[in-house]
Amino acid sequence: MVTTLITGTAVRAGLVSPSRIGAVINRNIGALRSGPSYWLVLVSGFFEPLLYLLSIGIGVGALVGDLTLRDGSVVSYAMFVAPAMLATSAMSGAMAETTFNFFFKMKYVRTFDAILATPVRPFEIALGELTWAIMRGSLYTAVFLMIMVAMGLASIGGALLAFPATILVGFAFGALGMAISSMLRGWQDFDILMTSQFALFLFSGTFAPISNYPTVFEVLIRITPLWHAVEMVRAITLGTIGWATLGHAAYLAGMMAIGLFFTGRRLEKVLLK
Amino acid sequence: MAHPTIAVLERQLTSYRRLFWASAFSAFVLPVLFVLSIGVGVGGYVNANGGLDGMDYLSFIAPGVLASTAFQMAVGESTFPILGDFRWTRGFHAMRATPVGVRDMVGGGLLYIVFRVLVACLAFLLVAGLFGALHSWWTVVTPLVCGLLGAAVAAPVTAFSATIDNDNYFALLFRFGVIPSTLFAGVFFPVDQLPLLVRPVAYASPLWHGVELCRSATLGVAPTWPVALHVAYLLAWLVVGYLLATRAFRRKLEN
Repeated sequence: MVTTLITGTAVRAGLVSPSRIGAVINRNIGALRSGPSYWLVLVSGFFEPLLYLLSIGIGVGALVGDLTLRDGSVVSYAMFVAPAMLATSAMSGAMAETTFNFFFKMKYVRTFDAILATPVRPFEIALGELTWAIMRGSLYTAVFLMIMVAMGLASIGGALLAFPATILVGFAFGALGMAISSMLRGWQDFDILMTSQFALFLFSGTFAPISNYPTVFEVLIRITPLWHAVEMVRAITLGTIGWATLGHAAYLAGMMAIGLFFTGRRLEKVLLK
Repeated sequence: MAHPTIAVLERQLTSYRRLFWASAFSAFVLPVLFVLSIGVGVGGYVNANGGLDGMDYLSFIAPGVLASTAFQMAVGESTFPILGDFRWTRGFHAMRATPVGVRDMVGGGLLYIVFRVLVACLAFLLVAGLFGALHSWWTVVTPLVCGLLGAAVAAPVTAFSATIDNDNYFALLFRFGVIPSTLFAGVFFPVDQLPLLVRPVAYASPLWHGVELCRSATLGVAPTWPVALHVAYLLAWLVVGYLLATRAFRRKLEN
C-alpha cells in the first residue's frame, strides 16, 4: 500500500525510523491510560455505530422499505445504509483523533514541542499520530463489521475484504484531518470543520442514492472524498466490486499521500521555526 | 449594578460575541442540509412507501430535529464550558471573588444556554417554514418548549460537569445519554416502533417529551400525554438539576 511504500522509501533514505514512530504511538497509549474509566470509554465506542445502525437502518428502514439500485438490484434499507455508516465511522474516528486531539496537542498542551526535544522529527510525529488514529478507529470498524455479519448485512468474505478498505478510508481522512489541523487558527475554525464534515456525512450517498439529486449536485458529490469511501465499502459489502472500486481506492490513496506530505511540511514550518 | 445573575449572563454573552457569526452560520446551514438530505432525500422513499399515517416525512421529522437541536446544544454548552471554567480558565473561582453567588453562576449559565437554544430554534423554524413543514399556528409555542427542554437538560448536565474532573466522562455521557436519546426518542421514527420493553427508556428521556410537544405544536394535534404532564416532567428535570448543580458548585468552590 501507499503508506508502506512512502514509509519504506523514507526509512531507507534515513528520514524516518520505525522505532521513533512507535514511540509517538506509545505516548498516546500511555496518555489514554492515564485518564479514569479508560476501558469504559474505549469499550463504549463500540456501541455508537450499533445504535446508529439500529435507529437508522432498522427504525427508519421500516418506514423506507426496500431500495432499487441503479443496476436494478433490490436491497433492504439497512443493507444500503450499513456500509455507508461503516465508511463514515472510519472517517469520523480518524478525524476526531487527528483534528481535535491533534490540534490540542499542537497548540494547547504543546505535546509536539516536547516531543521535538527528543530525536523524533515532525514527519515521524505525523506518521505516529496517524497510525494511532487508525489503530483506535479500526477496533471500532472491526466490531461494526462483525455486527453487520451477525445481522446478515454482509457476508463473512465481504466483511474480511471490507476491513482493509475501512483502514484505507481511515488513513485518507486521518491524513486530511492532520493537514487541516496544521492550518487551523483556533477553536472557532472547528465550527466550519464540523459543518463541512456533517455536510459530507449527509450528502455522500449515505442515506439515499445520489442519482436522486439534480445533476449539478451529483457531479459535485462525485468530487468529494466521503462519496468515494462509501461507494468503495458499499460495493464490497453488496458484492458489486468493479473497476470503479479500484478508482475509489486510488482516490483515497492519493488523498492520503498528499495529506501526509503536506502535514510533514507544515509541522516543520510551524514547530521548527 | 445589574443583578449578579444577569452579570453572569452578560459575561457569557460577551465571550460569545466573538463566535456569534460562525455559530449563526452553522445554526442556519445545518438544518438546511439536514432537511435536504433526510427530509427530502430519505423522505422521498418514506412517502413513496405510504408515509407516516398519511403525513409526509419532512413534516414528521422537522419538529423532532428542532427539539433534538435544542437538546444537543444544551448538553454541549453545559459540558466542556463548565468543566473548563472550573479547571482551565478558573472563571468560577474568579466569580467567587465578586458578589456573584453559586445560584447566580448556575442561573446565569442556564439563561445563557436558553438564549443560545432560542437563536438556533428560530433559525431552524425559519428553514422548516420555508420548506413547508409547519402546519399550525401552535408552532409559535415551540421556542418556549425548546427553551424549557434546553434548561431541563442543561441543569443536571451542569451538575454532572461540576462534579467530574476529567473530560473522559463526557464521552460516556454522549454515548450512553445523548446519542441514544437522539436516535431513539422519536426524532426519526415513532417510538411505538420500538419493542415494548425498550419504550419506557425512550419515555424517560427528556428529549422525547420535547419532541412530543414540538410535534403536536407544528402539526396542530394533541400530544400523546396531556401537555401538563409533559411540561411537568421537564420542569422536574430542571428543578432537580438546578438543586444538584448549586450543590455541586458549592462543594467545588468551598475550599
